[in-house]
Amino acid sequence: MANEAKHAAGHDHSHDHAHDDHSHDPKWYSPARWLFSTNHKDIGTLYLIFAICAGIVGFVFSGFMRAELAEPGLQLFNGTAFGGFFGTEHNYNVITTMHGLIMIFFMVMPALIGGFGNWFVPLMIGAPDMAMPRMNNISFWLLPVSFFLLVMSMFVPGPPGGNGFGGGWVLYPPLSSTTGHPGLAMDLVIFSLHLAGMSSILGAINFIVTILNMRAPGMTLHKMPLFAWSVLVTAFLLVLALPVLAGALTMLLTDRNFGSKFFEVSGGGDPVMFQHLFWFFGHPEVYIMILPGFGIVSHVISTFSRKPVFGYLAMAYAMVAIGFIGFVVWAHHMYTVGMDVNLKAYFVAATMVIAVPTGVKIFSWIATMWGGSIEFKVPMLWAIGFIFLFTVGGVTGVVLANAGVDHSLHDTYYVVAHFHYVLSLGAVFTLFCGWYYWFEKMFGIKYNGFIGGLHFWLMFIGSNLIFFPQHFLGLQGMPRRYVNYADAFYEWHHWSTIGYWVAAAATIVFFIGLLEAFVRRRKGEANPWGEGATTLEWTLPSPPPFHQYNDLPRVR
Amino acid sequence: MRREAWKSWGAWKNWALGAAASLLGGGSAWATPVNGGIDFQRPVTETAKRVQAFHTEVLIIITVITIFVTALLLWVMIRYNKKANPVPKKFSHNTMVEIIWTVAPVLILVWIAKGSFPLLYEQDVMFNGEQVEESEVVDIKVYGNMWYWDYTYNQNTDKEFIIESRMLKAGDEARPLKPERGDIGQLSVDNPMVAPVGRYVRLKISAKDVIHAWAMPQFALKVDAVPGRLNQLWFKVDEPGIYYGQCSELCGKDHSNMPIELRILPQAQYDQWLAAAQADPTNGGRAYLDSLPRPSATQVAAAQ
Repeated sequence: MANEAKHAAGHDHSHDHAHDDHSHDPKWYSPARWLFSTNHKDIGTLYLIFAICAGIVGFVFSGFMRAELAEPGLQLFNGTAFGGFFGTEHNYNVITTMHGLIMIFFMVMPALIGGFGNWFVPLMIGAPDMAMPRMNNISFWLLPVSFFLLVMSMFVPGPPGGNGFGGGWVLYPPLSSTTGHPGLAMDLVIFSLHLAGMSSILGAINFIVTILNMRAPGMTLHKMPLFAWSVLVTAFLLVLALPVLAGALTMLLTDRNFGSKFFEVSGGGDPVMFQHLFWFFGHPEVYIMILPGFGIVSHVISTFSRKPVFGYLAMAYAMVAIGFIGFVVWAHHMYTVGMDVNLKAYFVAATMVIAVPTGVKIFSWIATMWGGSIEFKVPMLWAIGFIFLFTVGGVTGVVLANAGVDHSLHDTYYVVAHFHYVLSLGAVFTLFCGWYYWFEKMFGIKYNGFIGGLHFWLMFIGSNLIFFPQHFLGLQGMPRRYVNYADAFYEWHHWSTIGYWVAAAATIVFFIGLLEAFVRRRKGEANPWGEGATTLEWTLPSPPPFHQYNDLPRVR
Repeated sequence: MRREAWKSWGAWKNWALGAAASLLGGGSAWATPVNGGIDFQRPVTETAKRVQAFHTEVLIIITVITIFVTALLLWVMIRYNKKANPVPKKFSHNTMVEIIWTVAPVLILVWIAKGSFPLLYEQDVMFNGEQVEESEVVDIKVYGNMWYWDYTYNQNTDKEFIIESRMLKAGDEARPLKPERGDIGQLSVDNPMVAPVGRYVRLKISAKDVIHAWAMPQFALKVDAVPGRLNQLWFKVDEPGIYYGQCSELCGKDHSNMPIELRILPQAQYDQWLAAAQADPTNGGRAYLDSLPRPSATQVAAAQ
């Protein structure tokens, strides 16, 4: 089992995991160490660096959007501002599309699954590495190529007279077929998502095989840490959902280039079929983004309350249930396409059911804190902030589940507010939660607690200020993906824009904190969090040795 | 002009009024989105009123839930922080509590569903299931185009005609926005859709190029205009007026520039408009519409 793990450096001296001799390890500046890496920790680091870079791009794009929406009328995308740099209204659509795709496929997923998953699943389950280290390498390196294709799509022709694909991250035909975007841009987007999908499928297979086969002796599934559980469920969702996206994309590709008519009305096709296929992938995708975060938050809450997770099995199976139900609710994204009313009624009922396992998780986190001895360290701040924000995002999901109300709210800013509360304020808060929780473990240095706290508070205030007013905009009827709006929507857009600048300040503080930590290099401890941190990664030094667990740990 | 608006009393007043109106169940006279408004636009059809009432009910439920969760969070943060509780307890199970927090949400959801399903069927079943003589129904065919709407009246009769409806723009030569006439930027169009008051209106909606969506917030209506598909909507409005909606499915460059303006006229005026528009579909009976006293002009004024 352990010898599955082939090591790039090929050395097999058996230092035990407390042994600190790194003399044979490749140097950090060796290009081969990163390009050819088969080490789960190095690949995890690559994923995190990549996610940070893509995150900057995605965040800057959202800044363009907020600058455009700061006032009624066209600010940036009017063909003349900054020498026409921003282009026309079409380019606004390109920016929103790219923001969505980048944040989902190149920021949240690589960070939570590729980054933290790679780093900590093997460490937590007591495995020396991932089951298929070389496949791990290819699943990372497909991503920068995929990202390159996506960025390139912005600079090649899309619709007549414009560059880039501006059809939204949902890629609905006929806007994404040759009717709306005859140019090469959409083909590049398709290739990009094919590669990103392949990367994720390979990664997911790796996680499933690793978790099912390489747990340390004595670690049954029911003793496995919740983060590993969350990645296991996520990996199954990926393996089941992404091929459907790949199929839909391939059909779109052949429609565009080889004369097939899957979604082409003129040939008997149906554009709504694409929406069904897309959302059969797209809905599980949102759980793919949030489930690893659930795992992280469980560990952080338990660690800083110095108390075991409340209702461990319920927590694990709530994730399984959420993953399962996530596959049977997809058409609640399509209440307005003209579905039969009985079909809508089914999707209303199924969607509302998800609130139950989600509620179990929220209450179990609070019950974990109940009776605990809570320390408000930076990761704990992010975790508590997450619980609040995810609750807000969750309950507006219950509102949207009701098709009767969703007819009013569909494709308005209410939806934008809802999914940013669960993703931008949910998944991203768990991401920072994990970042601060494991920072010392990963890099062997301590972050500055004051800067971390400042980062949290600015982000908490900023992101609430951005997205809470958008509920009001949506109720008032402000549609999504609008580059220009009636004067009557000004007020809340204005608050939202102010919020963006607070969030931007938070992001700058984050990088200051990162810089400070790497300049000062305060030496990290093996376990800075004390008795509450019970998972296996805290038994290793910080950073962990290049190869760990050459003698497998035994779990009672 | 808008840059300094947040500092002005007006914005706060609007906000306060919006909040007050929401608390009173939307009893205000506004007909368009309101700057700083925090609730639905004022509903005008019976169905839309029920949608708003149902939403308010669910809003109260979710607000209570959010406050409850926040209160629990604050309580554990105060009572069980390191100072207040230096020695953590070790329990990790409590069957009764777990049953309660599984069953209670189920009951709440059943309660919500009880109101949700009838509302859905009311919207989706034509005329809320009422048997209406075909001759009594006003049929309008709606097509989405890049980037305007067209409306077909008297379809399949020898009086069939089509009007095209495009957004007015300030400074545009062909279709200038005239605020003095009551036009609203990004919402007003050259040739509005027109329908009679108090009658069942059936819209048959499709698109000719990409997917669009026809939306009318004050009627709580929205349906996609999908090429190759015919979707239908119905409404019955008892209040003459001007109502606005916006394209609600991303359709390309000018997605935000293809609003929907709907005039609801008394039957006699509707008939006259129909004749005028049929005679000159290019101008969609606009001259006749402009000759009418602007319906509920006070509403528009109040909104601006």
